[in-house]
Amino acid sequence: MASHGIKDQVAIIGMGCTQFREHWDKGVDDLLIDSATAAFDSAGVSKDDVDAFWLGTASSGMSGLTLSQPLKLEGKPVTRVENFCATGSEALRQASYAVASGAYDMAMAIGVEKIKDSGYQGLNAAPAPHDGTKRNLTAAAMYSLVLPAYSARYGVDEDELRMVVAKVAEKNHRNGVLNPLAQFRREMPAEKICEMASVAGRLSVFDCSGVADGSAAAIVVRAEDAHKYCDDPLYIKALSFVSGTGGGLIDPDYDYTTFPECEMAGADAYRQAGIDDPRSALAMAEVHDCFTPTEMVLMEDLGFCERGTAWKEVLAGTFERTGDMPINTDGGLKAFGHPVGASGLRMHYECWLQLRNKAGEDRQIDLSTRNLGLVHNLGGYPGEMVSFVSILGPELG
Amino acid sequence: MRGIISFGGYVPYRRLDRSAIAAVMGKGGGRGTRSVASYDEDTTTMGVEAARLALRPVDAEPRALWFATADPAYLEKTNATAIHAALRLDTSVGALDFGGAVRSGIGALRTALDAKGPTMVVTADIRGGLPTGADEAAGGDGAAAFLIGTEDDGPVVAELLGSASATEEFVDRWRQPGSPSTGQWEERFGETRYGPLTTQAWKEALGTAGVEAADVDVAVVTGTHGRAVKRVAGQLGVARVADDLAAEVGNTGTAHPGLVLANELEQAEPGQTIGVVMLADGVEVLILRTTEALAEFTPGSPVADQIADGAEVSYATFLQWREMIQVQPPNRPEPTRPSSSAAARAQDWKYGFVGSRGTESGTLHLPPARVSIRPEDELDAMDPAPMADIGATVVTFTIDRLVYSVSPPVVFAVVDFDGGGRLPVELTDVEPDAVRIGQRVEMTFRRLYEAEGINNYFWKARPARSGQ
Repeated sequence: MASHGIKDQVAIIGMGCTQFREHWDKGVDDLLIDSATAAFDSAGVSKDDVDAFWLGTASSGMSGLTLSQPLKLEGKPVTRVENFCATGSEALRQASYAVASGAYDMAMAIGVEKIKDSGYQGLNAAPAPHDGTKRNLTAAAMYSLVLPAYSARYGVDEDELRMVVAKVAEKNHRNGVLNPLAQFRREMPAEKICEMASVAGRLSVFDCSGVADGSAAAIVVRAEDAHKYCDDPLYIKALSFVSGTGGGLIDPDYDYTTFPECEMAGADAYRQAGIDDPRSALAMAEVHDCFTPTEMVLMEDLGFCERGTAWKEVLAGTFERTGDMPINTDGGLKAFGHPVGASGLRMHYECWLQLRNKAGEDRQIDLSTRNLGLVHNLGGYPGEMVSFVSILGPELG
Repeated sequence: MRGIISFGGYVPYRRLDRSAIAAVMGKGGGRGTRSVASYDEDTTTMGVEAARLALRPVDAEPRALWFATADPAYLEKTNATAIHAALRLDTSVGALDFGGAVRSGIGALRTALDAKGPTMVVTADIRGGLPTGADEAAGGDGAAAFLIGTEDDGPVVAELLGSASATEEFVDRWRQPGSPSTGQWEERFGETRYGPLTTQAWKEALGTAGVEAADVDVAVVTGTHGRAVKRVAGQLGVARVADDLAAEVGNTGTAHPGLVLANELEQAEPGQTIGVVMLADGVEVLILRTTEALAEFTPGSPVADQIADGAEVSYATFLQWREMIQVQPPNRPEPTRPSSSAAARAQDWKYGFVGSRGTESGTLHLPPARVSIRPEDELDAMDPAPMADIGATVVTFTIDRLVYSVSPPVVFAVVDFDGGGRLPVELTDVEPDAVRIGQRVEMTFRRLYEAEGINNYFWKARPARSGQ
């Protein structure tokens, strides 16, 4: 029994990503067609070349028909997957395993979410029939529990910590300014965020990810076939997933300063990729900054810094695009926006650009000493979540 | 001799200062305060709280549960069954509603005193009327529960000496189903009816009890007709008329004779004779005498303590809770109705707040689980863990201003139970800026929301009230 991984067995040969924003003039079909077309063009293939499809959407459609109908796919298998906010990454994980197994030669992972047709603010999934005893609390409020817990555990002043997480948003907004696909493209000073009214605990609206429509897609083949389609493919080094027990909610030992599911998924991914020290091995990471405290805690859970030190590293600028460990260079969920089913693939899209030195002069990260990237998603809440981690790189070995 | 084995009064946490009414409306209100059921309370949930308090002091199990209110949460469907479930009574225990009329509360109590077997009588009411009206100010919300039986069922703290009833049809107070206010005929007419009826019933009850009016130490006199209640109380010839709690609580209607009686019993000595007189479409009279067992009786939470431990609710919020005014809800989907079949499967959890505990690890699971979070527990190796009466401490908390609520913001805490176990749970009866880590809380049965006409009942935590 082991998580063996498929290091260097599968390569991404093309990707596409729509703008993430309030697409009042585009529906699910349009978004899927746009990202799929961009991915086909990127790989230089047509829809007929792709043998199987994995469609990730949390709540914008049911079944493979959501993709096969708008794309008019003839006689092809399409699997709809859903795994909370890790849905898009889960689609990539399944497509990758399918080609690694030899079942198909070429597969597409595509994610989409049409959030803004609901007429409500925020993310609102329709609940399955229930017994009426589930807690009534927003995700923002659940993640707001991290701040007082972290303050207490590490002795950080609550006001200072509030400023620290606002700096996370400030950084991601700064990255979004340079990204033409991002939802929010303006600076947002941390001081201004701190002055805003609290909506959940001490979090303001600007501590929450953007809510957007969008779609992103990737085409994968076995690594040995990659150069038939592409001069600079991106190889998959690790794919890891952990679905939690929910025990954190009822375990008095859980203290809301860490997400054990993320730590486990990260450790498994590092094992698959043969990475001992992620901080020195990784050139960048795209992490699930659904709320600002989430990104801070993830820096520790994913091993980018010691426990209790992430807040200092945030203040030191470590995670800036030009820092030692660039995080969410595309703006993250915060500034790029968060169409649930598409976000995981959007993060891979940023790795696709950055790790192949295609992000553009104004925002390309330094690859001179490291060239691996990490993508992290989570879905759910502190105490009960799913977590995905992948590692990617432009070279075999 | 049949009588009261245990009892509990319940006064909700919120108080409306009656002077706040005129401050807004230019008229109405008066002096003192009235009790106000929170937005997440109805007569069923208040009945549960009173019944829990009544069961706390004794080791006795009711064989029948009767619930009376003039403001039922459901028509058609029995409300007593939710109370039955929250008390975790056996399915063989019958649960009945005595519905609709204010008189049904004292009627259920008197019927139980004449019946067989240990019987839990629960009375509750939410009283109000249109803004500035007399009923809005004079009304109160509350509940009272009595466990009735004989010495075979448990020590009787007050035995029934005698009782009587007088009935006459006349329209004095009335309300159409769904109407927000109660009509009242010209007051002096009712007075002419209640006077003679009281004289008749009082005399008959004293006769059956074999006591004189002068032997009665205290009379609990309540009713739907304020003037008549005052007048007859002065004519009973008893040593003392009980405090009717008008200054702090108001008239809790169906629950009121029970609530005032509970308050008196909590202060009474053994060997005292108590008369209970209720004026509602006639007159009901009970003559009780406290026993030596009363000296050994410790109330679940004295009414006086609950009255002292209240906090103000603004008149605007009161009007909103009573749906006299509607406020703009957050732009979030409203909650969906609970599934009847899912709720039925989860009955012990949803209504009884029963978790499960791993037989090896002792780890508490809320909600109950078949598979433990600890590896040492085998599949299904779980014992039921009733947690409704276990205290807890706030570990951390947050205020949610985004989520849908009838009365935002939602205050939410992670609480650790005494003896182990944790739950993230909504707090109620709490000021958002007064929550503290380390604060003591206790569980309370509430109506979380209503959707498509179905009331969604479950438990919340509230700051521990004095005496509990």
